[in-house]
Amino acid sequence: MNFSVNFPLFSVVLCLMSAVISCVLPGRAARRLSLVLSLAVSITSGMLFAHILRTDQAVTYLMGHYPHPWGNELRISLLEPLFAMAFSAVLFLCLLGGRKHLAEDLEPAKSNLYYVMADLVLSALLVLVYTNDIFTGYVFIEICTLSSCGLLMIRQWGRTTLASVRYLIFSLLGSGLFLLGVVLLYNVTGHLLMPDLRLSVSELWANGRYTLPITAAICLITVGIAVKSGLFPFHFWMPDTYGYATPSSSGILSGLISKGYIFFLIKIIFDVFGTNVFYESGVHNVLFAFGAMGIVVGSVSAMRENDIFRMIAYSSAAQIGYIYLGIGISPEAGILAALFHILTHAVTKPPLFLAAARLCDVAGGKKRFADLQGAAWSNHLAGAAFTAGAFSMIGLPLTMGFISKYLFALSAFRANIKMVPTLIILALSTVLNTLYFARTVLRIYGHPSGTPAGVMPVRKQRSYAAAAILFAVFNFAAGVAASPLIDILERGLAMF
Amino acid sequence: MKKPNNLRDWLSQWDAGAFNFTDMSFRLPRAQKPEAYTDRAWERELLPEIEQKELRAYQRLYPVLAALLCTVIIVFLLLTVAALPAFGSDSVPTINEVTRRYLEHGLSETGAVNAVAGMILDYRAFDTLGESHVLFTAVAAVLVLLLSAKERPEPRALADITRADPILRATARVIVPAAILYGIYVIFNGHLGPGGGFSGGAVIGGALILYAIAFGFEKLEKVLNLRIYRIVVACALCFYSAAKCYSFYCGANHLETIFRTGTPGAIFSAGLILPLNIAVGIVVACTMYGFYSLFQRGRI
Repeated sequence: MNFSVNFPLFSVVLCLMSAVISCVLPGRAARRLSLVLSLAVSITSGMLFAHILRTDQAVTYLMGHYPHPWGNELRISLLEPLFAMAFSAVLFLCLLGGRKHLAEDLEPAKSNLYYVMADLVLSALLVLVYTNDIFTGYVFIEICTLSSCGLLMIRQWGRTTLASVRYLIFSLLGSGLFLLGVVLLYNVTGHLLMPDLRLSVSELWANGRYTLPITAAICLITVGIAVKSGLFPFHFWMPDTYGYATPSSSGILSGLISKGYIFFLIKIIFDVFGTNVFYESGVHNVLFAFGAMGIVVGSVSAMRENDIFRMIAYSSAAQIGYIYLGIGISPEAGILAALFHILTHAVTKPPLFLAAARLCDVAGGKKRFADLQGAAWSNHLAGAAFTAGAFSMIGLPLTMGFISKYLFALSAFRANIKMVPTLIILALSTVLNTLYFARTVLRIYGHPSGTPAGVMPVRKQRSYAAAAILFAVFNFAAGVAASPLIDILERGLAMF
Repeated sequence: MKKPNNLRDWLSQWDAGAFNFTDMSFRLPRAQKPEAYTDRAWERELLPEIEQKELRAYQRLYPVLAALLCTVIIVFLLLTVAALPAFGSDSVPTINEVTRRYLEHGLSETGAVNAVAGMILDYRAFDTLGESHVLFTAVAAVLVLLLSAKERPEPRALADITRADPILRATARVIVPAAILYGIYVIFNGHLGPGGGFSGGAVIGGALILYAIAFGFEKLEKVLNLRIYRIVVACALCFYSAAKCYSFYCGANHLETIFRTGTPGAIFSAGLILPLNIAVGIVVACTMYGFYSLFQRGRI
């Protein structure tokens, strides 16, 4: 067995230990530890990914001396290390790029706690990606919920506190539903490890036994995760949560945490229910409908918003809608598009938040559109980064956004009855996206209304520049050379 | 001229301390009258006429829709529960090779007489590793929320009443040492009988809280303040993670561990389970006391 398959275990344990150690460290040391940790996790996941790509074999990693169905396990196929690598790299860039605002928003006595939370979020994301045990997944969903609330409410502003109370309530509702689903599954199968669950669920489903409890479990687990990731009727916590958090947290919450939950849901669809059972139960049609509604409602709300952060947050609600739309279309092409869109959104949304924060700084901390007039002329880098992100969200060619819309359209052509609605929704949302993002880009590059502030040079914002450029490079690189990535995702889905 | 608006003022304040989490109320500046602070009052002040109408319609519609939705969900879940395998019968799916191995081979494989301890700290140890970090996360989140650079006034009322109470103090003097001893017993016997780190830690935490109520936080602070608390919890959790990492690593690579199962029934047996129980117990006790102290006075 190659040594690199041990990396997931080491990564998770290192994240947990650094979180605990950061609690006694001063803020600056905790920040460095977090940065080094997320970079190291990203690199080691990349090495593991290369190994799996070479051998083309999925690995089951025992957590202890007992195989399934008795002990906990991790499962490493092609997709898991890829997403672990992407998630930890995005976390690294979020922490790097939001450094200035973190220094302003955090109380010095509490700044180490922010990095405690960031380390815990990373550990939870890693386990959600790698786990082969549905209950382990639940335990780390809890860690993810609590630590994301910590990331949010560390900015001690009245509105942020209110937003985190609302986020906590929704998030706990989601966890509760998920747990109920797991309990039902355990009751009818007697297993918690995914391979055994899958065998026993497909057998029970084929024999027509316990159909109602299995359907109920599918509903509860799906709805629980949909609530936590903010699918349409449950997206009302999003604008406040993303709009009033410190920019790094907005990036982490929108780009990573909700995506971690969705990746776990996709894993459950494949490894617990099996695609046959899931797509026979009919739940995917509900996801399709709500995803489509979420796209429209999110985009329309974003157009009506007058606060740049809340606008980006509503746009996140629309992007979540896309992902669920993809899950609803089909288990092959649809989920492929959904997976690609998870990556697109993780690479596009955080730089938008970071750039918006910089532009607001230039405008004297104001977030209304009228105050942002011409802000990009005072901070060229942030303006360019925002424009690049906006292009990707609209779906212009050469960006990842274009490829994911292309994949959604492609999957629609293979889905019989859902083809027309999907194409209409795609077209409509592209128009709406263009309207509100183009409006913003035109606004920030408009003629400055008052006396223009001095130009912010790049050398005064080195860490932000590094993060913004890396995000943009990823975005355009994967947009131009998309076929290897799509190829890998296809192989990964077959290996899942 | 604008009327003063408490909610709006609070919302734009850079200090969440204005909200008192202990009794879930706003702590308002003295100059403003708290009785003006009713739901109706802020609605009138905050919202324009049209939104007030919308809000009233929403408030009338909301209970009806909520009741409807709840009824549907309740009926659905009741039907589901009725379709589940009968509770207590011997042919339920949960009695399978998994539970059989836990019960029949648990003793020889883990060395723990208490099958539950063997299950949570050996077979499914990764879950428990996560679970103990959930506690840590919860405390850290409460620290984020309540730890304040500004000194908050000590809640005098409760301390004054309890400290003057001779019955409470006399009882606490007897109960606290006994409870701590009992907690230690429960932790150390976790692999031999019912008990373990979670339950024993809860008993010790309860004893610490009782001590704080009866004799005040000052005395306890000499042994357990924020610095010591953080170091103790960090050591316990790091030991836990490191030990389990070693054992997972050995398990996955099919290596022998240095921990032996020992003689079943002896106090030093069952490999890692006893030290892990001690680590969990420390974390749980500190968490319980930490929550009480944080919510009571905003610091540990």
